[in-house]
Amino acid sequence: MEFFERFAVPHPSPAIYASMVAIALTSIAIVAGLTYFKKWGYLWREWLTTVDHKKIGIMYMISALLMLFRGGADVLMMRAQTAVPENTLLDAQHYNEIFTTHGVVMIIFMAMAFIIALMNFVIPLQIGARDVAFPRLNALSFWLYFMGAMLLNISFVIGGSPSSGWTSYFPLAGNELSQSVGTNYYMLSLQISGLGTLITGINFIVTILKMRAPGMTLMKMPMFSWAGLITNVIIVFAFPVLTVALAMGTMDRLFATNFFTTTNGGMDMLWANLFWVWGHPEVYILILPAFGIYSEIIPTFSRRNLYGYNTMVISMVVISLLSFLVWVHHFFTMGQGALVNSIFSITTMAIAVPTGIKIFNWLFTMWKGKIQFTVPMLYSLGFIPIFTIGGVTGVMLGMASADYQYHNTMFLVAHFHLVIIPGVVFAMLAGLTYWWPKMFGFMLNERIGKWAFWFIAGGTCLAFFPMFISGLDGQARRMYTYSEATGFGIWNMLSFIGAIGLAIGFILIVYNIYYSTRYASRDIGDDPWDARSLEWATHNPVPEYNFAITPQVNSRQAFWDAKKNGHKLFKGGYKEIHMPNNSGVPFIMAVFFFIFGFGFVFSMWITVIASLIGIIACLIHRSFEKDHGYHISAEELEKSEVELRGAK
Amino acid sequence: MKLKWAIIGALITVIALLTGCEPLTVLDPKGPQAQTQADVIWISIAIMAFIVITVFVMLVYLLIKYRGSKQPDSYEPPHIEGNKVVEAIVVGIPVIIVAVLSVISVKSTYEVEAKPEGYGDKEPLVVYASSSDWKWHFSYPEQDIETVNYLYIPTDRPLEFKLYSYGPITSFWIPQLGGQKYAMSDMITTLHLGADAPGEFMGRNANFSGEGFAENTFNVKAMPQEEFDEWVKEVKQTAEPLTEQKFDELLEPGHLGQLTFTGTHLDFMPPPEGHHGGHGADDKKNSHSSHESTSSEHAEHEEEGAEHEAHNE
Repeated sequence: MEFFERFAVPHPSPAIYASMVAIALTSIAIVAGLTYFKKWGYLWREWLTTVDHKKIGIMYMISALLMLFRGGADVLMMRAQTAVPENTLLDAQHYNEIFTTHGVVMIIFMAMAFIIALMNFVIPLQIGARDVAFPRLNALSFWLYFMGAMLLNISFVIGGSPSSGWTSYFPLAGNELSQSVGTNYYMLSLQISGLGTLITGINFIVTILKMRAPGMTLMKMPMFSWAGLITNVIIVFAFPVLTVALAMGTMDRLFATNFFTTTNGGMDMLWANLFWVWGHPEVYILILPAFGIYSEIIPTFSRRNLYGYNTMVISMVVISLLSFLVWVHHFFTMGQGALVNSIFSITTMAIAVPTGIKIFNWLFTMWKGKIQFTVPMLYSLGFIPIFTIGGVTGVMLGMASADYQYHNTMFLVAHFHLVIIPGVVFAMLAGLTYWWPKMFGFMLNERIGKWAFWFIAGGTCLAFFPMFISGLDGQARRMYTYSEATGFGIWNMLSFIGAIGLAIGFILIVYNIYYSTRYASRDIGDDPWDARSLEWATHNPVPEYNFAITPQVNSRQAFWDAKKNGHKLFKGGYKEIHMPNNSGVPFIMAVFFFIFGFGFVFSMWITVIASLIGIIACLIHRSFEKDHGYHISAEELEKSEVELRGAK
Repeated sequence: MKLKWAIIGALITVIALLTGCEPLTVLDPKGPQAQTQADVIWISIAIMAFIVITVFVMLVYLLIKYRGSKQPDSYEPPHIEGNKVVEAIVVGIPVIIVAVLSVISVKSTYEVEAKPEGYGDKEPLVVYASSSDWKWHFSYPEQDIETVNYLYIPTDRPLEFKLYSYGPITSFWIPQLGGQKYAMSDMITTLHLGADAPGEFMGRNANFSGEGFAENTFNVKAMPQEEFDEWVKEVKQTAEPLTEQKFDELLEPGHLGQLTFTGTHLDFMPPPEGHHGGHGADDKKNSHSSHESTSSEHAEHEEEGAEHEAHNE
């Protein structure tokens, strides 16, 4: 019985019991389905052990979509709870758990996974590479992220979810005020998936710097790859801070250290500083790849080259530097005085300049163009006005004196959602639709896609514009309820309706995937959008070796020039290709990490030590392993190329 | 372009509502600090509206003029690398805007971080506001009384709140009198407010602090100095004294109604002093009897700011 008590949820509700049943049934269904259709071998060989960047990208994407729906379900509960004053749908504790997991899931497990999904799939293709620099490490990155995500996701059925906000400020997140294991889950799951992200960062920096096709200088690189490079540099600088902060937080909770507790000399503000030293660059880790995606899509569907390539690159570099110099704006109200606040106020507002340049460059890209309103383009066009509103309100928040009034209010919530949703979610959906044919060999239905876009764009506006008003009217964020007299009711009701609109949009996207999988034409050629960059130069879907012959690049839009200006992309004949072998070790090692995390959460030290031995055994196994990969001979290559061309 | 019109429509609605008959709390200031902040907000809304409208107009124009369906099939868009003049404008104007906003931001930040202007050289009323799960304790050292969950303040006099917490980080906020500031358990932060006219205002903890957060509010009533003095006199005659034992009970997590006591908890449970907070309780009492001038008060704050800066690094 002791185990039951330990794993019991401290605040159970019918919703949680229902989720338990649903999770159990789904798991049984998956296991039964795999057994019935004899797919265990296929799953292991093709997916669990894969080191192919394209498959890893697709797995990241599926996980991100799952997490999007998890986070979205949280949203609907939150908005339903606050839709009317003094609602009793959820109690305070349940509401707190929901908004905390909503934040964690959406930022760490949805948005991060989505950007890494597209980086994984697109960047090696875009720079003409066969794979990433360290394919097996890439698999490990994914599985660490995945296990981290799963660890957080089991929290609400085993032991209770974190409830002190996604920022997890101490001392609220300390043992005394957060007694359930929820915050332990938070610390460990972020730590494990953060490790994966850090490895990704290193992997992609090396990939982009060392594996570009011959002739592709840095300044000839497509904008999405540039964004990927800058993003990964930020990752490598920012994530170690999170690692350290989480390690300190974990020690505070489990080993009675006093880094952030306010007794015995700890400093609660230290956590806030460390968290945001990572947390603010994190915002740009999310947004820069999105900027990269728009910089691919807008030129493609304006049928023109990207305007101001050089300023686009410079502005991204400037943003990446400034992103590390603004973290204090998250706590202007912490009492650091006018001088410090003034400095950070100026650095914060300064970010608006490079960001504004990018907006204008996208607009000028459409100038004299020939604009096609495809689904990816609609998201890019919807992004511009909504993101501008989100962005300018960010400048308003950057004014320290005024921030004393906006801080912790719904105004802030409106601002960052109006930046993140068009900035990240729209970009991911645009990128998903845009690269979908490259991933799966068929197009998503445009008509359903457009319906989904309008629901999502309209839902976003309706959900978040009212929050500017309720924020200025004094509604603090994270309140599970409010009284009738405050007059917040109407604005929250509108937000709820907007959230439903968003939900319908996302359901339409799922329906679109189902519908297109069944009915879409498979005969679309290699370049269905008439696009401009290298990933469209290979077959559809992409063979495991990406390019049979390494492309030769001598302009910024090599593929476009190959199509229109007779530039020759592929020179010479087929040569033998070296490919890495699949490996089960990354998956097994990540499973050990999951067990390690779970054991740590509940202080089950035997489990922790056993899993740690497992992890080390995997490392030792790897260091003694002789694995030189395999070769695809020129003849095999020719055969499969002929087949792929014939399939068209 | 339905979306654009929807957004423009929404924006106009927002502006209409902001300027409309029922003013929003933050934009309905009742004190000099809140007034400064409301002015800054209005200026920034105006400048930002200019930017937003520029972007919208450009977007709509481009989408109408260069939409593919309108152009002949043979039209091939030109290759344009960029233009030095255009890019200089695109960089230059935002730089100017940010520079202007920076000046406004810095100036107003110094203003709201100092003793409110317009009350002559009146000595500020010091109130120690401390939070516990999920209540607010207000100690008036000068009057030697203490209240829970409500605050009486005199109008036309600078108010100086000393904030700290007996639990998680909270944020002390009376939107109509000025912006918020954190109350933490290991340091004291100072918030300068002022009320111009009598009235009742909403006050709350704005920083998430756990289960009872939503109800962590207090009432603020501003009244002329005479009325305030009368209230103090009445409290002294009618209220119970605050004992250490009673205060410990009050600190227990939970919600309470409004309570009034004579004496303050500052005597037996001093606020977190030391190098974090700047001034401790005793320190403050001395500085009060010595009637400091505005300028030295200001200097003191700069010192405090510098100290925190060092602390944060």
